Amino acid sequence: MFIRRDIDLYSVDALLTDEQRMVRDTTRAWVRDRVMPSIEDWAWHERFPTELIAEMGDLDLLGAPYSDFDLPGLDSIGYGLINQELERADSGIRSFVSVQTSLVMYPILQWGSEEQKKRWILELGKGRAIGCFALTEPDFGSNPGGMRTRARRDGKDWILNGEKMWITNGGIADIAVVWARTDDGVRAFLVEKGAKGFSTVDQTGKYSLRVSVTSQLVFEDCRVPASALLPGTSGLKNALACLNQARYGIAWGALGSAMATFEAALDYAGARVQFGGKPIAAHQMVQEKLAWMFDEIIKGQLLAFRMAQLKDQKKLRHEAVSMAKRNNVRVARECARLAREIHGANGIVNEYPIMRHMMNLETVNTYEGTHDIHTLVLGAFLTGYPAFEPPGSS
Amino acid sequence: MNCIVCVTSVPDTASVIKIGADGNQIDEGGIKWILSPHDEYALEEALKITEAQGGEVTVVTYGPARAEAVLRDCLARGAHQAVHVIGGEETLGDSFKIAQTLAAILKDREYGLILVGVQSVGTDNSQVGQMLAELLDLPHVAGITSLEVGEGTLNASREVEGGKEIYESPLPALLTCQKGLNEPRYAALKGIMAAKRKPVEKIEPSDIGIDEGAGAAYRLRSLSLPPEKGEGTLLQGEDDPAGAAGNLVKLLREEAKAI
Repeated sequence: MFIRRDIDLYSVDALLTDEQRMVRDTTRAWVRDRVMPSIEDWAWHERFPTELIAEMGDLDLLGAPYSDFDLPGLDSIGYGLINQELERADSGIRSFVSVQTSLVMYPILQWGSEEQKKRWILELGKGRAIGCFALTEPDFGSNPGGMRTRARRDGKDWILNGEKMWITNGGIADIAVVWARTDDGVRAFLVEKGAKGFSTVDQTGKYSLRVSVTSQLVFEDCRVPASALLPGTSGLKNALACLNQARYGIAWGALGSAMATFEAALDYAGARVQFGGKPIAAHQMVQEKLAWMFDEIIKGQLLAFRMAQLKDQKKLRHEAVSMAKRNNVRVARECARLAREIHGANGIVNEYPIMRHMMNLETVNTYEGTHDIHTLVLGAFLTGYPAFEPPGSS
Repeated sequence: MNCIVCVTSVPDTASVIKIGADGNQIDEGGIKWILSPHDEYALEEALKITEAQGGEVTVVTYGPARAEAVLRDCLARGAHQAVHVIGGEETLGDSFKIAQTLAAILKDREYGLILVGVQSVGTDNSQVGQMLAELLDLPHVAGITSLEVGEGTLNASREVEGGKEIYESPLPALLTCQKGLNEPRYAALKGIMAAKRKPVEKIEPSDIGIDEGAGAAYRLRSLSLPPEKGEGTLLQGEDDPAGAAGNLVKLLREEAKAI
């Protein structure tokens, strides 16, 4: 799992099948050749490399866990490894693939009509179309059930009104999966780019996920045909099911980021000489940091593996996904901070990947269920008391 | 036209190489094995030719059990079938023995072209391709950087000091391939999933009349790592460039004995 094979203390690599190893290595090779040479430049200039989307499609990185429409049908470990290798480079690149796969293709495959599947799945899988997932609103983040966006029937059509915020891929998407309140509960609509009454504004000034497009989506009397409704959707639970898929990928992806900062720190500590001609790796306090990162990453890997097995056996509870997302992102965030300390002043410049990962992880910690919300999910699982709403608030 | 591609499993070029306890082998613990990078050009060219003209690509390796992973890599990229001669640990680096083994496998097969990497990363002898061509009595061009395959003939070019040589050759022929020939593709995930269903023919050397222990043309006596680089000497010359230059000349003459 680490790039440096000699530190695979728990032989985690041996848990992989040959195919899983090839999936990982081909993704890693593509990332090394096509992403790494330019990633700092893209981040600095706040640019998402749209030119790579078709390549991701050619490699079958989009929609990889599904087998409909001749998609690759990877098992859960294979899909996890893709996320890991993409996020080893950058959380923004992984986010693009997560959104396309788990938040756009997944709901169309789960709840779409045959026409919708035929129209979009292959296009999204080949990277010829880009999708986004519009759930969060300016005033409703952790509490999406409070959403204000509304879809009302007008003859056979639907009229959408409302605002969505923090939408990954929003401004570049050909198709938006928009969640809106209807008389029959929350349902999803496929709104195409250019629909009258639908506009987007890209979020600028982000210090995090700079290699990713984040947008606000505005619907003002946006009229869509009856065929835009994802017919199988019947409530907020569908949106939460999508997020559960995406969180699964994040739990693996975060390990990629953690390994990137850890391995950078390990290399740096071995090369940086201070005090009497010895590398700082010889210092006990540096070793303590390295040992912490290493230990937590391996534990996170084993957690991700078990999560994947349960997913393939269809025994994975959403609380278990919450736990892995919460844990592995926390580990990655802490690894970035410790790696920054080991890099000293060099840790703050873009000659090293540390600061970019650290800033990205602030988003990863927050989106798809914040760390704190997942704490409450576990709290509710353990005690039976959901503590999302403060006492007396309802 | 059917193409044969001969490939080798080599340590990842990013691996840290350590020498094993016996002093004449590398320590294989912690090594990741990959398709030799030069072989990637050979495979890519074969895939391009068969995609354009029809025919199948067969990849062949002579190596231990772990070498099957590189055959799967080739199958995932689009090769149609694979042949694995299991062995090669005793004959590592023995170019002639390797060429004899490959020739024994290939002599009765039907092909228009044999493509191999210009050398395998690690032993870097750059001999197997040419030896194999001679054993099979095929024309060959070594180290090609461009190729056009026509009806019964090919045109290939190779870089030479200060210029380029262009060869015309009848088919069948053998070509050794290197960087510049093409851009090797990545295995797409669907290809990886399909690879496990493609056939890999397993052959023992004795099945094809090869005795690995006999007639070695080559013996590796010992391996050593390059000496550790010492600390450099920095001459400060800002205040007194002439003095620093004098010092440099003195050091080059007396310490480094370079002039």
